[in-house]
Amino acid sequence: MTDMGLAVRSLEKSFGGVIAVNNLNFDLPVGQLLALIGPNGAGKSTSFNILNGQLKPTSGTVKFKGVELVGLSPKEIWRHGVGRTFQITATYASMTVCENVQMALLSYHRRLYSLLPIAARLYREEALALLEHVGMVDQENRPCSVLAYGDLKRVELAVALANNPTLLLMDEPTAGMAPKERIELMALTNKIVNERGISVLFTEHDMDVVFTHADRIIVLDRGTLVAEGTPEEVRNDEHVRRIYLGSHHA
Amino acid sequence: MGFYIVQFLTGLSSASALFLVASGLSIIFGVTRIVNFTHGSFYMLGAFIAYSLVGVLDGFFGFWISVILSAMAVGLIAVLMEMLILRRIYQAPELFQLVATFGPILIIQDLALDIWGPEDLFGASAPGMDGAITIMGTPMPEYDLALIALSAVVLGGLWLLFNKTRWGTLVRAATEDRDMISALGVNQKWLFTGVFFLGSFLAALGGAAQVPKGGASLIMDFEILAPIFVVVVIGGMGSIPGAFMAALLISELNVFGILVWPESTLVLMFLVMAVVLILRPWGLFGKPEAPGQHGQVGAPEQPYRPLSRKANTLFAAVLGLLLVLPVFASDFSLVLVMDMVVLSLFAASIHFLMGPGGMVSFGHAAYFGGGAYAVALITSHFELPMEVAFFMGPLGACALALLFGWFCVRRSGVYLAMLTLAFAQVAWSVVFQWGELTGGDDGIIGIWPSPWLGSKAAYYYFTLFFGVGGIMVLRRTLFTPFGYAMRACRDSALRSASIGIDVNRQQWLAFAFSGALAGLAGSLFVYSKGSIFPDEMSLARSFDGLIMVLLGGVKTLAGPVAGASAFTWLDDVISRLDYWRVILGSLIILIVLAFPQGIAGFFRERFGVWFGQETDT
Amino acid sequence: MKRLEIIKFGAIALFGGLIGFPASAADTITIGDMNAYTRLAAIAGPYKKGLDLGIKEINAAGGVLGKKLVIVSRDTQGKPGVAIKIAEEMISRDGAVMLVGTTFSHVGIALSGFAKQNKVVYLASGPLADAISWSKGNAYTFRLRSNVYMLASMLVDEAVKKNAKRWATIAPNFAYGKEAVSAFKKVLKARQPDVEFVAEQWPAAFKIEAGAEVQAIENAKPDAIFNATFGSDLAKFAREGRLRGLFKDRYVTSLLTGEPEYIEPLKGDAPENWYVTGYPWYDIDTADHNPFQEAYNKEYNDYPRLNSVIGYTTAYSVKAAIEKAGSTDSEKLRQAMEGLKLKSPLGPIVFREIDNQSTLGMFVGWTKLKDGKGIMIEGSYRDGANFTPTDEEVRKMRPAD
Repeated sequence: MTDMGLAVRSLEKSFGGVIAVNNLNFDLPVGQLLALIGPNGAGKSTSFNILNGQLKPTSGTVKFKGVELVGLSPKEIWRHGVGRTFQITATYASMTVCENVQMALLSYHRRLYSLLPIAARLYREEALALLEHVGMVDQENRPCSVLAYGDLKRVELAVALANNPTLLLMDEPTAGMAPKERIELMALTNKIVNERGISVLFTEHDMDVVFTHADRIIVLDRGTLVAEGTPEEVRNDEHVRRIYLGSHHA
Repeated sequence: MGFYIVQFLTGLSSASALFLVASGLSIIFGVTRIVNFTHGSFYMLGAFIAYSLVGVLDGFFGFWISVILSAMAVGLIAVLMEMLILRRIYQAPELFQLVATFGPILIIQDLALDIWGPEDLFGASAPGMDGAITIMGTPMPEYDLALIALSAVVLGGLWLLFNKTRWGTLVRAATEDRDMISALGVNQKWLFTGVFFLGSFLAALGGAAQVPKGGASLIMDFEILAPIFVVVVIGGMGSIPGAFMAALLISELNVFGILVWPESTLVLMFLVMAVVLILRPWGLFGKPEAPGQHGQVGAPEQPYRPLSRKANTLFAAVLGLLLVLPVFASDFSLVLVMDMVVLSLFAASIHFLMGPGGMVSFGHAAYFGGGAYAVALITSHFELPMEVAFFMGPLGACALALLFGWFCVRRSGVYLAMLTLAFAQVAWSVVFQWGELTGGDDGIIGIWPSPWLGSKAAYYYFTLFFGVGGIMVLRRTLFTPFGYAMRACRDSALRSASIGIDVNRQQWLAFAFSGALAGLAGSLFVYSKGSIFPDEMSLARSFDGLIMVLLGGVKTLAGPVAGASAFTWLDDVISRLDYWRVILGSLIILIVLAFPQGIAGFFRERFGVWFGQETDT
Repeated sequence: MKRLEIIKFGAIALFGGLIGFPASAADTITIGDMNAYTRLAAIAGPYKKGLDLGIKEINAAGGVLGKKLVIVSRDTQGKPGVAIKIAEEMISRDGAVMLVGTTFSHVGIALSGFAKQNKVVYLASGPLADAISWSKGNAYTFRLRSNVYMLASMLVDEAVKKNAKRWATIAPNFAYGKEAVSAFKKVLKARQPDVEFVAEQWPAAFKIEAGAEVQAIENAKPDAIFNATFGSDLAKFAREGRLRGLFKDRYVTSLLTGEPEYIEPLKGDAPENWYVTGYPWYDIDTADHNPFQEAYNKEYNDYPRLNSVIGYTTAYSVKAAIEKAGSTDSEKLRQAMEGLKLKSPLGPIVFREIDNQSTLGMFVGWTKLKDGKGIMIEGSYRDGANFTPTDEEVRKMRPAD
């Protein structure tokens, strides 16, 4: 592995004695789409929130481009080039699509305490370029509160790309979307990863999405990593079949 | 020893009285999320009705029957209010119901004055409990013990109700998760009505039960409000055991506090509340609010657009009219318009924080009055000229807001609001108590503008410049990156943190900014009145501001100006009539029912298209 | 469109309001009166009745300078800011030639500042604060009622006789209470140097925790108690004190308690044998008081309260001032008020030139229960002129004009 990727070592998190994440180790090299899967309660969200800085792990390290992320705030982690989308979209309902992206750009360019310029006029071109990227430019002037769910996901993606991230954390990127939209969104994600050379870590319930789009998959069960490998390897893993796919189809 | 036991029991007895009233407020808030100001009025009504009934029904049983009957009667009045007014506006924006509960306060005040007359009615001792027993040589009034027993009965009864009945279980479920009620297929309307009855019944029970200790007077309603809010917040909103523990804590601290620090009577409970909220964000027994529980109810705001040409023209026309006003208007008209402008600025500063900022301040008078006091103190102690002292208002208020705001922005929703209230009351108590520095309740007088601003017209233009200027600055700021970032933190703190916004710091600076502008309003105020008194920092002033914002409409930027102007003007026109409170209270209720989006919100809905407002749904 | 109609009406009313109404007619003289008519209805009500009675009598007798007196009354809501706004309106819109009224001291102080700035005469009829006549006094502000210092001093003669060593005080936690306690302490110490103050309690006004306060005083084992609480606080203090035996074998002296406004609501709980200031209208049989009491009774079928006397005397002070000035010019009125002499129902009074404080006195006497009601017995009148600090002290306290 290289210095440029993400390296998670011996990550542990317990809530009052209940172990949510147990000795988690994995690497994410640059340019890869890594899927994190597992049944409900496997510790996916906890891991995500640790990587994002919303939770502090009980022990362990998370190195990104050689920098220790544990102990940093979400804001600082973001400054290191980590973007994030949420399972339930988190956008600014009272702003337009374009303003949502501009907001992230304002933060990226450190203009948050600026009291003179009109915000809607700043970084508009950059924002439109990002929206172009995700195919939302024609809706740039609509309020986010009225968008279809799939479109919100795209807006989130554009927002997450605003700081030129080298790592994207996507929590259930296709949750709540129609099958056709899922394919479109993941194709878009694939395209962006290839164009920009960034890595993506995502969780996902939809196995079709996972096995079609992930370069590699890691499987969590009750906080422990139980399998890791290419989609092919994971698909054939006995353990995974038993604890995960088995229960999934039950 | 006997002394300490009796002192403890005395504290317990006043805790009991407080608990009865506060538990009712807590139940109502827990289920309906309504901050019910009328609660104090129901407490007062309970006392008045019980006073009258006790005069008719004799004896030990007569007394207790009177107490129960008056509580029932008030409960029914509350149900009437809930069904006629509140039911129609549950869908209105957050806190809007607060205005609706303000109207009945005014009406009940005048009705009580009319029915029971102006004099304090001092209740007779409770029959059979008019003496004292002796505990280790120290006398202890029997009725205090009866009060303790009564609150124990109520506490037990509430426990049974909430744990052993279906209705009680539903109420508890609704307190924890409002969405659950509709999921359970319960008729939410009647659940709310029932809760209103129970809560108000308890308020009136508290009022009635203290008749033998105090009686009934026309100022009871406001006097009880602050303490019960404190109790509910310290205990944790919606928690009955919490309310009991908080009442006990406050009362015992109070009775023992006056032994060592007799002047502590004003400030103690607010200090306790501030400390508890800093250490335990949701009170002693409260639970964290689920995100969104205090959030935006109803449709989200529309994105901000610059004013259309028509709206700009209208604004210019109004400004033009204001500019030529001194040519033909009387001096008093100028005074009235100055009041409108100053209060508009104050309301706009609250709105800035509460609307786009998503932080409701129940204590913004601290910065309004704080600014005014900064000016007055610097003038009276250092004799600085007005040209310098004037700017101490925004500066001083900003400093105060930085201090208080640092704690407040680390809370959200109603707990943030209550922490602002606690700090404001602490600030008020300090100003009120520290007579050597601030003049105490005698205030500071003789703060007049420099001679070049001596005439009414000159100061009018000065006020217009800074008042309208301040409002424009507030509005303009909403369009800047700073304003956008503040709104971003309100819309989604989660998203904001993950795009590198330091939510706490952003909100903290917004809080200070709003405080500074409130302080500017305070500066303008002190020079227009020539004096400043602690009243301008009081709860009543904070609530006035809140009412103006809500009346005008939270979700419009013109709302605070419309609300403040309408309120000031109505107050002036109506307050020269007898029974003006009935009229003003009824008008407020009418406005609330007719314009649930506020006055400006109504106009926006009606005439928005005309002004080039786009709507996209 | 109904709503539009309402809005239109509102706009017209607003515009009409801004342009203003013409000032009062030429054959009347307008006086601006304000009081806390809603917040302190029990005090302000009787005051208004007294004021109206006085004005009615004056007008029936031909008015002043051949013109009728007109009173414009407004509610201050007990808020200084509101009072200032009303004052502006009365001067500029109603054409009031002088201002009278208020009960709350802070409102009175706010108005005194306004009076000085705008060079308008203000007769503070009801407020008690010493500051109005002394530390914050000014040339345009006059005050009718005895102030706190004078009232507290009236109680000292009797207290000295008792020769109690250990005193406790209880007073509401605001300026009135502070002034009352400090005045009482100062005057008593001057007369009886060995006196010791062993406890001072400061309950929040209208929010007294009476049981706890009583216990706290009891715990200090004083020989005598000075009380300055009033209204509902007094009621609670009196009852808890009786139940808990605080007043047994203790000398209690108390401010204001003998005023009908305060002792009557106590009914059977009225304390006995307290030495108090007050107004025993039932016991006053003087040539000055009898006609007033009869007229009041005739007009309202009610007996006068202390504030009725204040309102009535306010009316006659206004009349006397305008007659002496021969004009309604502010400057002339101010000069006329200085040293103005007139008769009040309680006796002759004069507005002192040194501090614009009137010498209207008060009765002192003992409380007693009679037919389940509190009254004041052995009442005797104390002329305010005898209970002020020395002229030298007054000059020191009063800012130069």
